[in-house]
Amino acid sequence: MSLNVSDLRIARGGLPVLEGISFELTPGQALILRGPNGIGKTTLLRTIAGLQPPLGGTVSGGEDQIAYAAHSDGLKSALSVTENLRFWASVFGTQSIEPALKAYNLTGLRDRPAGALSAGQKRRLGLSRMMVTGRPIWVMDEPTVSLDQASVTLFANAVRAHLSAGGSALIATHIDLGLDATVLDVGPYKAAPLEFDDFDGGFL
Amino acid sequence: MSIWEYANPRKFLQTSERVMPVLWVSSGLLMAVGLIWGFFFTPDDYRQGSTVKIIFLHVPAALMAINAWFMMLVASLIWVIRRHHVSALAAKAAAPVGIVMTLIALATGAIWGQPMWGTWWAWDPRLTSFLVLFLFYLGYIALWEAIEDPDTAADLTAILCLVGTVFAVLSRYAVNFWNQGLHQGASLSLDEKENVADAFSNPLYVCMVGFGLFFVAMVFYRTGTEIRARRIKALMARERQEA
Amino acid sequence: MIALLMRDLRLAVRAGGGFGLGLAFFLIVTVMVPFSVGPESDLLARIAPGVLWLGALLSCLLSLDRLLALDWEDGSLDLLATAPLPLEAVVSIKALAHWITTGLPLVLAAPVLGVLLNLPLAGFKWVVISLLLGTPALSVIGTFGAALTVGLKRGGLLLSLLVMPLYVPTLIFGAEAARRGAMGMAVETPLLMLAGISAGVIALMPFASAAVLRINLR
Repeated sequence: MSLNVSDLRIARGGLPVLEGISFELTPGQALILRGPNGIGKTTLLRTIAGLQPPLGGTVSGGEDQIAYAAHSDGLKSALSVTENLRFWASVFGTQSIEPALKAYNLTGLRDRPAGALSAGQKRRLGLSRMMVTGRPIWVMDEPTVSLDQASVTLFANAVRAHLSAGGSALIATHIDLGLDATVLDVGPYKAAPLEFDDFDGGFL
Repeated sequence: MSIWEYANPRKFLQTSERVMPVLWVSSGLLMAVGLIWGFFFTPDDYRQGSTVKIIFLHVPAALMAINAWFMMLVASLIWVIRRHHVSALAAKAAAPVGIVMTLIALATGAIWGQPMWGTWWAWDPRLTSFLVLFLFYLGYIALWEAIEDPDTAADLTAILCLVGTVFAVLSRYAVNFWNQGLHQGASLSLDEKENVADAFSNPLYVCMVGFGLFFVAMVFYRTGTEIRARRIKALMARERQEA
Repeated sequence: MIALLMRDLRLAVRAGGGFGLGLAFFLIVTVMVPFSVGPESDLLARIAPGVLWLGALLSCLLSLDRLLALDWEDGSLDLLATAPLPLEAVVSIKALAHWITTGLPLVLAAPVLGVLLNLPLAGFKWVVISLLLGTPALSVIGTFGAALTVGLKRGGLLLSLLVMPLYVPTLIFGAEAARRGAMGMAVETPLLMLAGISAGVIALMPFASAAVLRINLR
């Protein structure tokens, strides 16, 4: 199942930020989004994940296929590592959390409450959530923040395994993951301001 | 030519600016005529004496208090369905007018109630319903003020208005059930027997039309202000974006 | 869905979950009432059903701002919105969890506090029944308010301002049923109205709450 984005135009706080974005993400493919801070990468990912409607254009093939990882990991500090992970596994209707624990080297921390983890460990737990969703398209926003070099390697390996199993990934990141990936620089797609004589044009 | 053309901010401003002077003058005249006629040229009621004359403020204000909410409901629905910004801003503009009308109705009711019922306030169903309506207005306005993004605020307040309407009607029935009350029946209704005497009803109609036009003029005026404020915000946001 | 309910319940009973706070608040409010109106037992007996209802309502209100705000802050709400669970189900489960951790304990505690307020013997049954029928409505309506204010910092006060008017019909019918029961009068009408309101809001409010949440997540 491939994800098709065509002529997408997106807005943040009512202001258009990016326009004319088109790409196709086929199984086994990874696409890296680049662009300066504030250009609208997060907005783009949220739009593709279906959290906000686009101003124009279409996203197709993503319904119930996308697993989304935001800046925050959605962890409950009072729950243990396995409880957190098992919750998401049952929300997405999958069974085993062991491969995810193993892939991110969390087996030794399994009974630790998430509140007692370091920032990097939390991030690893958040990323391991993607593996228990069982969904083919991973959409990830700055996944490597607060990860050390070894953890970045763990993450890259997990993405590689996901791709070779027929999944795909859309990742906004500034560092080189060593993946065999297409890079899309969204900088040139910066949206022009709306014309004032549109029908409701007086407002943005 | 469709009515929705007036949802264009520029067209709305042009038209409302042309209509507003007429509205201001005619509403002012009607209110003055109605009130003077009502206060000085109607007989005293044989039971209530001259206190009854507060009816010329009380009834039109109460009428507008309810109709303002109804207008906000319609404007909110138009925003939810057709996404015209002017409609959402008109709902926002009407709320403070509506809450003031509610306050006038409550205050004149209290002033009237004192000589009639011997108390400033009674937990009568009608009075209570108006108090609840006042609380709904308060929540609606507070929600508009609390949210920064104008479109989000418009969406959330529109849904609050819809849900609030259902609960306001429910409250009306609940309050009726809870206390049967001392308030007199409707001052004007289609059932002729219940009506106030003709001598009172004519100036009352004049006052009601005057209040209605005044409300429309206020909403036009305030919507214009909201449109301009919104446009300034948009210009500033664009400047930030270009910088 | 059951996973979400179990997680919320587990979070509520763990450290920092705030379970029992509502109950303690209910106790405190009820204890404060005789201090403010005087210890005369006839008066207390007369106002007991209403005080219990008001106390239960305020305790419900108190815990509402944590209902969705915690999930909003740590990002779980974004992730839940992209999960296979529809948001309507999410808000319904959240309301159910709120009722189990707040509403149900209040119902169970009400008779005990009724003793403190000299509640007439006939009233105990009806206070419990009316609260049992009414507190679900309080949780569901409260979830709507919580969804409206979820993105706001310090939204707690605004939340109360928005939710209180929506609580009016529930409070009137609930307290009326309890009051009539305590005085040995017929309770059917207010009780049926209360049940009707609860059934109506449980069926319809989740759609409004989910719509509002979707707008706030944009």
